[in-house]
Amino acid sequence: MSKKVVANFKVEYWQILDANGNVIVGARHAMPLPMPRLSPDQIKELYELMLLTRTFDEKAFHLQRQGRIGTYLPVRGQEASQVGTAYALDKNDWVLPSGRDIGVCITRKLPLHMILQYRGGDERGVRVPEGLNIFPFTIPSSTHIPHCTGVAWASKLQRQKAVTMGYFGDGATSRGDFHEGLNFAGVYKVPVVFVCENNGYAISLPRAKQTAAETIAQRAFAYGFEGIQVDGNDVFAVYSAAKYAVEKARKGKGPTLIECVTYRMADHSTADDASRYRSQKEVAKWAKRDPIDRLGKYMRKNKLLSDKSKKALMEKIKEKVDKAVEEYEKIAPPQPEDLFKYTYAQMPEKLQEQMKELLGE
Amino acid sequence: MPILNMVETINLALKQEMKKDKKMIVLGEDVGRNGGVFRTTDGLQKLFGEERVVDTPLSEIGIVGSAIGMAVNGLHPVAEIQFSGFLYSPFDQIISHAGRMRTRSKGRFSCPLVIRCPYGGGIRGLELHCESPEAILSHTPGIKVVVPSRPYDAKGLLISAIRDPDPVIFFEPMRIYRAIKEEVPEKEYTIPLGKASIVKEGTDLTVISWGAMMRYTQEALAKTDYKAEIIDLRTISPLDTETIVNSVKKTGRCLIVHEAAKTCGLAAEIIAQINERALLHLEAPVERVTGFDVPYPLYKLEGHYLPDEKRILRAVERVMKF
Repeated sequence: MSKKVVANFKVEYWQILDANGNVIVGARHAMPLPMPRLSPDQIKELYELMLLTRTFDEKAFHLQRQGRIGTYLPVRGQEASQVGTAYALDKNDWVLPSGRDIGVCITRKLPLHMILQYRGGDERGVRVPEGLNIFPFTIPSSTHIPHCTGVAWASKLQRQKAVTMGYFGDGATSRGDFHEGLNFAGVYKVPVVFVCENNGYAISLPRAKQTAAETIAQRAFAYGFEGIQVDGNDVFAVYSAAKYAVEKARKGKGPTLIECVTYRMADHSTADDASRYRSQKEVAKWAKRDPIDRLGKYMRKNKLLSDKSKKALMEKIKEKVDKAVEEYEKIAPPQPEDLFKYTYAQMPEKLQEQMKELLGE
Repeated sequence: MPILNMVETINLALKQEMKKDKKMIVLGEDVGRNGGVFRTTDGLQKLFGEERVVDTPLSEIGIVGSAIGMAVNGLHPVAEIQFSGFLYSPFDQIISHAGRMRTRSKGRFSCPLVIRCPYGGGIRGLELHCESPEAILSHTPGIKVVVPSRPYDAKGLLISAIRDPDPVIFFEPMRIYRAIKEEVPEKEYTIPLGKASIVKEGTDLTVISWGAMMRYTQEALAKTDYKAEIIDLRTISPLDTETIVNSVKKTGRCLIVHEAAKTCGLAAEIIAQINERALLHLEAPVERVTGFDVPYPLYKLEGHYLPDEKRILRAVERVMKF
């Protein structure tokens, strides 16, 4: 009689910057994690994208309060997780964002006014321009996870080099779609990177009650591929993990699950009140780990940011956001015919009749 | 001309389309090495390889969900869901995504996907192997629903479904997979989706059915002296209202036979269409013979659940003698 270990796995946690923007010097037994290869201009670009995401986010929140857009899901706190991952992609790569992934879409160059248009109840906002491989935001939390696998699978079968990156939250990992999508990705070894933005909450349910597993990253190993946990508020660590996973996928070496440990600083949505289920103390603790402040501190220490350049940058960003609002509000509302036009490639007779009924013809 | 059953014509259609369309992928449980539990995909993997004829894990959400992703990114997946009861788990994918992809991207993306699925009862099947969910799916915008009733139609309709730019659910009535053989041309041909077929012209009453019920309805009608106009819907969604209404205007009487449960079954919609468009032509209330509003039973009772000759003939008498 004997017993032996038949499977082994270890989950790594990646971090480069501490909360004060200092590069962490690894503890004695820690594995070294080098700084990602980013030029000063690229670091500035990451900072700008994160700041643009936050500024846009704040503006969108106010627009909702003023009734100028509909329900909105704030990003605040998750900028490094979103921008840092999307920044590792090439032009032809695919992204499948969840409803909160504004920073992903901004990084992938979806025009800002289109995001407002979508949140303003006009689906034309997610008629993503040709040449941008971005899926419309998925509102059910996890149903797009198998699509990520399918999109990546199609790239592989068509011998295209594109990598697919799919985004979802910690809550989504409890659903069956997560399991079936990741299992297929492992079996067919498709070029996909799954990004779980573990922001601590699924509306009111804390991460600890979502699963008894210690990490979300470890679930990848059950599907036969690698899972990495990163400090989701450290854009360098996030980017490093994403770059690693994207390159691996592009070389045909299969999927990766990246768990970005971050925090949803705002309410779940503009219809939610987070003070009902979490303490101010907890929020304050995470405020000290703010991803934008952290990169800002690093940049100041390395002479990449000054009061003067920050002020100029803020002005540039504010102008961009104001222009987007202006452009959004100039868009004429969709025509009633639009209700029917896109249901099928060719409008069936019954829809033609229903359209006539609506138009009073 | 070869004489083939429905399994063979479906197999032939898949082979011919795969040869022609390099973007077509077949995926599902046991479809590759085993050739499908009903052998509809027999030999495909040998011909086209494991990349294009894929044996998948037991995972219907995985099958339909990844097929949706493939379809958006340039491929033409033909997925098989092994039995109609297993279609319920990927309903969310079909309803929330396949049917909405074109709308929610305002035409940027589409989902040219076919889901083939053995369907209906009368085969002494296990629990949840004999479902008829066509009405639920017809209620869902953005998808098309097709049910052939004979080998010839199965081939032409399947080729049209594969070439269609929108998602199509293709139900294959298991009860007549091998029960009907007929001459089917070797070369490829299409039958347009959305067009019913008038199987037999008549003047006394219109009888509408589809799938396996066509055969049993026709056999029952052969025992009456009435001249029934028999319509095989072939496509359930979009419904060919024009053919139905024109026939009812001519006959003034109508009977609908389907296997699915009665309440909110497709007959209800057909009756509503007739009321809207041909009410004053009616000589009698439109009748329906359907399955009952109960879960599909195990096989000792399935003969009582399924519409049979006796119930069909009684309904014909009610319609004719009103």
